[in-house]
Amino acid sequence: MTETGAAVLHARRADDDDLALLLLIRHFELALLDLFGRGELNGTTHTCLGQEYVPVALRRLLADADHVFGNHRGHGHYLARFDDPAGLLAEIMGREGAVCGGVGGSQHILRDRYVSTGVQGESLPVAAGVALHLKRTEPGALACVFIGDGTWGEGAVYEALNLSSLWRLPLLVIVENNGIAQSTPTTRQMAGTVRARAEAFGVRHHGIESSDLSAIRDELAPLVAGVRSGGGPLVVEFATHRLGPHSKGDDTRDPETVRQARDNDWYRLYAEADPERFARADEAQRARVDAIVREVSARPPSRWRP
Amino acid sequence: MRVGENLNAALHGLLESDPSAYVIGEDILDPYGGAFKITKGLSSRFPERVLGTPISESGITGLAAGLALCGDAAVVEIMFGDFVALAFDQIVNFAAKSVTMYGSRVPIRMVVRCPTGGGRGYGPTHSQSLQKHFVGVPGLSVYEMSPLHDNRQVFDAMLASGGPCVFFEDKILYTRHMNDVGDLFRHDVMPGAEDVARVFLDDPEKADCVIIAPGGMVDRAVRAMRGLLLEQEVTCCLLVPSRLYPFDAEPLLPVLRGARAVLVAEEGTAGGTWGSEVAHRIHRLIWNDLRRPVALVSSADSVIPTAAHLERAVLVQDSTIHDAVLEALRD
Repeated sequence: MTETGAAVLHARRADDDDLALLLLIRHFELALLDLFGRGELNGTTHTCLGQEYVPVALRRLLADADHVFGNHRGHGHYLARFDDPAGLLAEIMGREGAVCGGVGGSQHILRDRYVSTGVQGESLPVAAGVALHLKRTEPGALACVFIGDGTWGEGAVYEALNLSSLWRLPLLVIVENNGIAQSTPTTRQMAGTVRARAEAFGVRHHGIESSDLSAIRDELAPLVAGVRSGGGPLVVEFATHRLGPHSKGDDTRDPETVRQARDNDWYRLYAEADPERFARADEAQRARVDAIVREVSARPPSRWRP
Repeated sequence: MRVGENLNAALHGLLESDPSAYVIGEDILDPYGGAFKITKGLSSRFPERVLGTPISESGITGLAAGLALCGDAAVVEIMFGDFVALAFDQIVNFAAKSVTMYGSRVPIRMVVRCPTGGGRGYGPTHSQSLQKHFVGVPGLSVYEMSPLHDNRQVFDAMLASGGPCVFFEDKILYTRHMNDVGDLFRHDVMPGAEDVARVFLDDPEKADCVIIAPGGMVDRAVRAMRGLLLEQEVTCCLLVPSRLYPFDAEPLLPVLRGARAVLVAEEGTAGGTWGSEVAHRIHRLIWNDLRRPVALVSSADSVIPTAAHLERAVLVQDSTIHDAVLEALRD
């Protein structure tokens, strides 16, 4: 569903902190693509351009005691948890001060109660185990796991959903349905719907079309509270848009699809709501990221012994 | 005490002494107590931490890894070891890698139990020995149950290792007696190698042949040793490590150096095996002292048939080891 027509009527507003974080993630991801273009990064990376608002919206619904599972497209998940773009960039670039010594890189990060790994679907059973631990030792805390629409091709997802529903585990599954799994449109890789899948396991499902932070939080607050108080798992499905390629230079989508994604970009919607304030915040984060890129690039390589 | 009872007692002891320990698996709850009854009584005593699960090997192994990530100790029972293939991703790509891939050491206290091996007529998908597929994975340890190793000690060692472990249990052993090596032989712990048990006649360093074998082969190896002694006057020393990988051959050298032949026997099929790993390590250490390369005994390159006579023809038997020892000693 596109929101183009309603964009001006439903102009987005965010407080300064949220706006700064949204823009930090945006400029962080743009900087990565730029670094790649200049041959400064090793391997690959997956940017969350267009999807930044999802972890930003969720962060105020999550507590320190909660565990968060990011994924292969997880820079936004991490930055919404920790104000640490330098540590993340150092990790991706293999420089001193890297969160995980440069071993994990973009897709494998562990810090306190945040963890990510690079195999689709793998994190859901692990998150169920964490939720089981929390249920017994820290009631009220939950495990939140980010997955995509493509992740639903993996059997492990269903095993974990079944277990979590059966045992009423405090598991919050966030589905960032961006309509495309790497290069394969969701319509060509998923029969049926995410909602029907969740319902088949007796798991509540809530769909979100908007990128309005306040509206998202208002909708989700009571549902997330339900997960904390023994209501069992919840699947929240965001209809979102991946602006960029899967990794880098590998976007095979037709121009119309990419244009639609751009039309729905939160960046444009928030800019229209308050152009001057937005421009100031945008410039501030652009400058912040530029400085971090310069500073981290100048660091010596990270050190690690197996 | 039978080996299965010893293992059951080990799990009772673990749950009793460690309030963060879980046992997870399919059909493990009382009154059923697991397909091989190894978990009998556990769920009655520790209902919160003994969890009967759906048929989801990948899911429950990941669940265990999640518990371990939070500092708990998790034991997963895979009903038949063959099914551990379904949990390969969670073990190899998540649990094992998590120990080091985040830049600093992350303890993952987790044991995946795999009832393993043939000889019971369960056929191709319920009889295979998959040890070799888990050898050489960074961060992952491979152990095998043995009638010569107290399971509680082995479990303590596995959980203290700080990394995930796959524990292979030859199903045949469950009904055998602990520490039974017959009336001819003695057994002890290899000096300098606490986890290696030794079975021998009088002087282990003067045996004609050293057989290295995991726990599941002990019965067959001891019967072969008996026949060799009584019929051929050949003496053998059997070395049984509890931890198969990582494997340190160094402490075994005093025994290996004195022997005229060294042989590794395992039930799995040949090709990229634990035995070839052991042989390679021994070759690197004492190639010049060996009379001939370490010999390997494996089951035939075949699936494991169901019919008893066909199964016998494929799996390593006493006679296979017996003949391989004579062959290795032939000058």
